[in-house]
Amino acid sequence: MSRIGIRLLSTIPTLFGVILVTFLLTRVLPGDPAVFFASNPSMTQADIEAVRTSLGLDRPLIVQFWLYLKALLHGDLGNSLSTGQKVTTEFANRLPASAELTIFAFVIATAVALPLGVIAALRRGSFIDHLSRLIATLGVSMPTFVTGLLLIFFFYFLIGWAPEPIGRLDPFMFEPERVTGLYTVDALLAGDLELFWAALKQMVLPAVTMALFALAPLTRMARASMLETLGSEFIRTARAAGLSRRKIIVTYAFRNAMLPVVTTMGMTFSYMLGANVLVERVFSWPGVGAFAIDSIINLDYAPLQGFMLVMAGIFILVNLTTDILITLIDPRSSL
Amino acid sequence: MNEPLLSVRNLTVDFATRRGTVHVLDDVSFDVGAGEIVGIIGESGSGKSVTAYSIMGILDHAARICSGEIMFEGRDVLKMHRRERDGWRGREASIIFQNPRTALNPIRAVGDQIADVIARHTPAPAAEIRERTIASLRQVRIPDPERRLRAYPFELSGGLCQRIGIAMALACKPKLLIADEPTTGLDVTTQAVIMDLIQGLVREKGISVALITHDIALASEYCDRLIIMHAGHVVEVAPTAEIIANPRHPYTEKLLRSVPSLVDSIDELQAIDGSLPDLRRRDLPPCRFAERCSRRLAECDAGRLTLELALAAPQPCTLRKGTGPLSTPHLIACKNPL
Repeated sequence: MSRIGIRLLSTIPTLFGVILVTFLLTRVLPGDPAVFFASNPSMTQADIEAVRTSLGLDRPLIVQFWLYLKALLHGDLGNSLSTGQKVTTEFANRLPASAELTIFAFVIATAVALPLGVIAALRRGSFIDHLSRLIATLGVSMPTFVTGLLLIFFFYFLIGWAPEPIGRLDPFMFEPERVTGLYTVDALLAGDLELFWAALKQMVLPAVTMALFALAPLTRMARASMLETLGSEFIRTARAAGLSRRKIIVTYAFRNAMLPVVTTMGMTFSYMLGANVLVERVFSWPGVGAFAIDSIINLDYAPLQGFMLVMAGIFILVNLTTDILITLIDPRSSL
Repeated sequence: MNEPLLSVRNLTVDFATRRGTVHVLDDVSFDVGAGEIVGIIGESGSGKSVTAYSIMGILDHAARICSGEIMFEGRDVLKMHRRERDGWRGREASIIFQNPRTALNPIRAVGDQIADVIARHTPAPAAEIRERTIASLRQVRIPDPERRLRAYPFELSGGLCQRIGIAMALACKPKLLIADEPTTGLDVTTQAVIMDLIQGLVREKGISVALITHDIALASEYCDRLIIMHAGHVVEVAPTAEIIANPRHPYTEKLLRSVPSLVDSIDELQAIDGSLPDLRRRDLPPCRFAERCSRRLAECDAGRLTLELALAAPQPCTLRKGTGPLSTPHLIACKNPL
């Protein structure tokens, strides 16, 4: 436990670096937020200056950074210029939407990729092996927004199986009472199965879009790692000892093959958070990714910085989880 | 003559590679008698390990057994069903490998790995399997076996790992142990300890051993009989004392001359000229040593070469006690023997 604490403490310099870089990056974005914000033809130069002063953008960078840091330490990410809301409030509303989608997509991807990769390795050159290669190639070569649009075209427009891609819930339904912020979980907690199905149906297409993106690295890694493990000397020993095929594959090969796969899973999950941005756009999903894009377009500094900071935090947590999982599997490693 | 425990007959193995078929073993035949320690000697690439893996049925996917029989107690293991053979290996015949560390599963406790083998062949309640696992560790003289059960290979020295390998191989009391270069990966002081341990255990239990090694000095110390292999052929078979004193095949003779401990001065030490022929060739001569041989005759390149009784064996040999009257003739495959 204390090791985990030390690991978390050691991320403080990383986080500080992220804060500094995101702060500077947003400042070098082209455009002047004061002009943008005061975009009204009747505004005079004096009005623009007044806006600038009220936003604090007239002060030296170092002072702005100091004020930003101070606010951060109080848990204040600032206000969004475009929505007028506190950034923390926006995230509290939008992060669960992104989290629900990403986790669901990740579960689908893992549930498909691991068996597919393992079977492909066990039956090299078989139909399954070729299928896994096809999926992996498609997954890496198709941008997520294209996959998303294609899926919408087929399953909503042509066949009509999927609901309209307009966010987390049908507009005529009421969202469940908020406990976790994940609609499916909250609906189940409230015992409302109809609502659960409605929320799940909305999620299937965007989740499959993201899962297809994540399938590629996971399947490839599972297959390669399984092949390598099956060719290793201790598998030969196990075979020579007459252990059953099942025992060799499950206890000896699979567990060892999981080590690099778990690392890849962590990385893939992080990438999925990034891929979120486009998928949320296509499916009008009210998540943090869509919010981040709006912020860039609106030169809205505070939410943009907040988004990058939150993503960095999630990245760090995912990495830590990966390392903890690896230590549980592999006696040779320690945190 | 006793029925041998293991009898390999005319074993021919090919490897399919991207650049042609490699004829790794060609018509290999030899016996291992009950309770006998036989050394299979040859330089790298001579087919020793492939022979061992063929017996155990753990050849690479690229390998194909083209013909031959591997008779074990009168049954051909190559004709066994897969399940039957899985039950056979590990229980009737087992093998220890060259790199003890990598031959063990790195993320499974060594006790569990031994217990897996015991549970596979002689299912029993968990407590009994644990007892037998501890007993198998004690038998290879691992100190504090109860604690070592939970150790992982990376926490043990190479020598200890090889002891684990031996414990695993002998856990189900097999009749045949194949030791594939068991000490090559270890340092010299550990080598002797491990070899003495193996020798002690197999003599005590009457287990037959095929010791595969390139080290003829080591083999001559521990083996009753030696089988010399070269480029996938068995070239000479004879009791150890006989072969050391009176090698008949030119290759064996050169092999002996290349061993430092067996010659008087370093000046006499000789390297063997040339190298193994490329086993992908279609025009391999009947004697695969011919191209490296100083005694090559015209007839060496004509007609099949078979392993035959060496005529006029000049000296009678003395056998170790307890090895029985098993096949002790001196066999060579050479048309112009020494």
